[in-house]
Amino acid sequence: MPFIPHTEKDVKDMLATIGVARVDDLFNEIPDNLRKANINDVMPSLNEMELSRLMHERANQDGGMKCFIGAGAYEHHIPAAVWEVATRGEFMTAYTPYQAEASQGTLQLLYEYQTMMASLMALDVSNASLYDGASALAEAILMAARSNKKKTRQRILLPLSVHPHYRETVKAIVTQQGIDIVEIPFDVKKGCVTKEILEKYSHDDVTALVIPQPNFFGVLEDVDLLTEWAHQHQGLVIAVVNPMSMSLLKPPGKWGQNGADIACGEGQPLGVPLASGGPYYGFLCCKKDYVRQLPGRIVGRTVDAEGKQGFVLTLQAREQHIRRAKATSNICTNQGLLVTASTIYMSLMGPKGLRQVAVNSHQNLNLLKSKFSALKNVEILFGDFHEMVLRLPKSVDEVLAQLAQQKIQAGFALTKHYPELGECLLVCVTETKNEADLDLFVNQLSLALEKNSEKKSKEVLNVATYF
Amino acid sequence: MNAIPKNLKYSKSHEWIRQDEDVITVGITDHAQCMLGELVYVELPEPESSLELGQECAVVESVKAAADVYCPISGEVVEINEAILENPQLVNDDPYGKGWLFRIRPFENDFKQLLNAEQYTKQVASEAH
Amino acid sequence: MSQLIFELSQHGRVAKAQQPRPSSQKLTLPAHLLRQDEPNLPEVSELQAVRHYTNLSRRNFSIDTQFYPLGSCTMKYNPRGVHKLAMLEGFLHHHPLSLDMNSQGFMACAYELQEMLKTVTGMKGVSLTPMAGAQGEFAGVAMIRAYHESRGDTARDEILVPDAAHGTNPASAVQCGYKVREIPTGPDGNVDIEALRAAVGPNTAGIMLTNPSTLGVFEQKIQEIAAIIHKAGGLLYYDGANLNAILGKVRPGDMGFNVMHINLHKTFATPHGGGGPGGGPVAACERLAPFLPTPIVIKNENHYRWSTEKDFPHTIGRLSAFMGNAGIILRAYMYARLLGPEGMQRVAEFATLNANYLLARLKKAGFTPAYPTRRASHEFIITLKTEAKELNISALDVAKRLLDYSVHAPTMYFPLLVPECLLIEPTETETKEVLDHFAEILIKILQEAKENPDLLHNAPYSLPVRRLDEVKAARELDLTFTKNTGPDTA
Repeated sequence: MPFIPHTEKDVKDMLATIGVARVDDLFNEIPDNLRKANINDVMPSLNEMELSRLMHERANQDGGMKCFIGAGAYEHHIPAAVWEVATRGEFMTAYTPYQAEASQGTLQLLYEYQTMMASLMALDVSNASLYDGASALAEAILMAARSNKKKTRQRILLPLSVHPHYRETVKAIVTQQGIDIVEIPFDVKKGCVTKEILEKYSHDDVTALVIPQPNFFGVLEDVDLLTEWAHQHQGLVIAVVNPMSMSLLKPPGKWGQNGADIACGEGQPLGVPLASGGPYYGFLCCKKDYVRQLPGRIVGRTVDAEGKQGFVLTLQAREQHIRRAKATSNICTNQGLLVTASTIYMSLMGPKGLRQVAVNSHQNLNLLKSKFSALKNVEILFGDFHEMVLRLPKSVDEVLAQLAQQKIQAGFALTKHYPELGECLLVCVTETKNEADLDLFVNQLSLALEKNSEKKSKEVLNVATYF
Repeated sequence: MNAIPKNLKYSKSHEWIRQDEDVITVGITDHAQCMLGELVYVELPEPESSLELGQECAVVESVKAAADVYCPISGEVVEINEAILENPQLVNDDPYGKGWLFRIRPFENDFKQLLNAEQYTKQVASEAH
Repeated sequence: MSQLIFELSQHGRVAKAQQPRPSSQKLTLPAHLLRQDEPNLPEVSELQAVRHYTNLSRRNFSIDTQFYPLGSCTMKYNPRGVHKLAMLEGFLHHHPLSLDMNSQGFMACAYELQEMLKTVTGMKGVSLTPMAGAQGEFAGVAMIRAYHESRGDTARDEILVPDAAHGTNPASAVQCGYKVREIPTGPDGNVDIEALRAAVGPNTAGIMLTNPSTLGVFEQKIQEIAAIIHKAGGLLYYDGANLNAILGKVRPGDMGFNVMHINLHKTFATPHGGGGPGGGPVAACERLAPFLPTPIVIKNENHYRWSTEKDFPHTIGRLSAFMGNAGIILRAYMYARLLGPEGMQRVAEFATLNANYLLARLKKAGFTPAYPTRRASHEFIITLKTEAKELNISALDVAKRLLDYSVHAPTMYFPLLVPECLLIEPTETETKEVLDHFAEILIKILQEAKENPDLLHNAPYSLPVRRLDEVKAARELDLTFTKNTGPDTA
């Protein structure tokens, strides 16, 4: 049997030591009527070669696309060394570092990660990671609610310019605890939250304001102004940011006069592949005043019995395995392996490399924007970093399907989540695309838009295969 | 054997209580600090807040455990021990002295449910089994 | 002494081949929104980074290098073939928001895993989205709450949890807005049925149980418990942490459970990664399936698609930005395919055989099982209460000394109700030789304790560091490195 090393003799000897005749006797405390599980519907066993063939076929089915989708997951070049080292068995098959002496590798790496992430956010502390960006935002909101106990009602202002899936996740997680989520609109001309919009909420009790940067549309929010407004209204500021962009953009700790209080987001852009949506990791940083409300694992530096430097999980008494029902969160995993990759990624890129990735992504977007602006039937609404919003003269879904046949993933359709914007497409470009890629994309989109009828567009597709 | 001074009153949940005129002082017993081990963090009630009898009003935390402190009598918090916030070790070193937690002005003088030293000694002994 | 990566950094050094090409175009972003300083990231060469992190990896224990009898964690072998195939380009470069027509390969795997998990759990619906066991628990309890609310049954505000439960159970219940009531365990390791009867009432929303329990024994009265809870209108949540013990043998659905999670990183052999990623799919009976978290893969003839609001109007919602830990889902799928139905049954059988064999050997050597009259499941507890008293040593001391013999320590001091306990789970992938060796080491350590208890008190000796000062770590929080304030690392 796969992965079971026992010989027949082993089994016989072991049963004799135990003092039973058959393996089945080991289950004799289980009521008979429960021991009749029929699992024949489980698919038949394959060997590694057969499995390899099947998985290659399936991977090929999904591969080979030129990707212009962003919307929370971004394609960046990942240096070869990142996953070569991260998937060493000693990192990949280790457990949570409870036994500190036997886990110094993972623990030191996490301490280095905390240092890098806190510095990238310009905040004091970072935890060792959470599941993903959306659930990290939910945890950040719960943390703000615990930290701002004096409020009679817990009310969180959440702009609609935050990723719609993040908003759905937040609602699923935090409303179970009686926290109100108030979704606030954005200016449809600018694609961001303005002071005029916020003023409508100035009479409300505000626990915290969530500020995305860049926001879902790739638009830069006026973070100083929004931060000041929230602090004036005794609310905390929760930044939800793309960590890659923070090598170039003003980091949360520097927003307004006192900085954002909590920063969170999706760590995927830092060395984690797209991989159908996960595993990624969420990061969560804060000012040191809130460290005891920070959920998840935290690594601290200390000394051993001989005074030598070493690392341990610390502040564990906040966690579920000790505090049980009174824990800050039920969480007991971090995304250790992804953080391992990310830490190696940040080390290889360094401060300058990381900034260059952000700069090149931004400049590529500008280049694509200038090419699209030459198309008279495409309207560019807004978006400056990583992505922009295009309004099309025909059904976005149709255009997406047409371009997919050309092996181009043209972007994310906004029609479902933002019907008020019309037939809009969220298009992303990072440093991974060259000018030829952009030209191909613009030409194909232009062709798809020229032809309106289904029949004609099929002809176009035939022609287009010669590109 | 941990110290259980005769002049104090105790709660079943291991708080000690000392009455000085109209204010009472609350701490955790020597036995409690010993069970928890070296404290690394203490959370105290807000000054001027009102506490109910039995309310969770403070937390004492070591690296391996965290325990709630239950208010042994209803009243208003008049003072908290700022020194232990900075240096939780004081609770370990001197639980009945410098390691006190907070002082409250009781709403009424109802100490019936509290134990005397003898009763508390018995309780600790029974828990050891 | 291991230096920090920041201590290797030299200003101006770069890993050149990995850097994007600088361009001459100007930035068009508003100056007041730009960063003014450089973040504290290391400036090192590629070799420095590779050597540093490779050396760090060597300061870890792992399944690939050590035996890991860590109770309740199922540290079994993580197949390399599975890992390699999950890293194929077609999967890695696949964007989560790709059109369904460009995602059929991944969706086929996810759909087939959903179906297989239904079969092995005896449930009617599965969602793969929860990203870890604790998130699966959250989802399950939120579904219980949504179910009661959908019937206007809003008085139920309490979840029952046995005192032996994993800490995540009460924490998850509280995250869902419930009060938690603990149910004591009887001397035989089963739930105290009379205490349960007394606790159940009109405000009982449900109970969370692990079976076999964290005490390493099968809850024999499970059907009676199910009847008590169901009669009161409550629901049963199955914590799948110990599913490895019964995989393919007993189905939670047949025991009377209504909703459960499965830890893919335990039962389905996906790597723990030093603390994650995990995978916590949630499975539910017919009554609760409409409330499953989304998205879920749906099959129409030969085409797969993601569910929409129309398919699951009563869903508790979305728990992640995309569809959970897809790479873990792929690995679990492949592991299930390598096993097939027979292989899955062998998992439970050999996990149980290994545990009972090791228990028998340790019993013969004089160790005290916590539940001597009971059969072990896939794990068991020995208590060092007597040794602690007689030899002045603790379970912690034994655990730390084990590290010197290059064996990972078992789970210690959990469950909380057994004093000085070691919770031992060998898993089915270990050989008899490894188990024998482990038993011999434990016997040897006990001998050492008799001769020189201080040898244990000060262990470990052979690892990169000696015992660490956790009190200092918690009192003087040092969570990030700054060049000026770091301790003297000379």
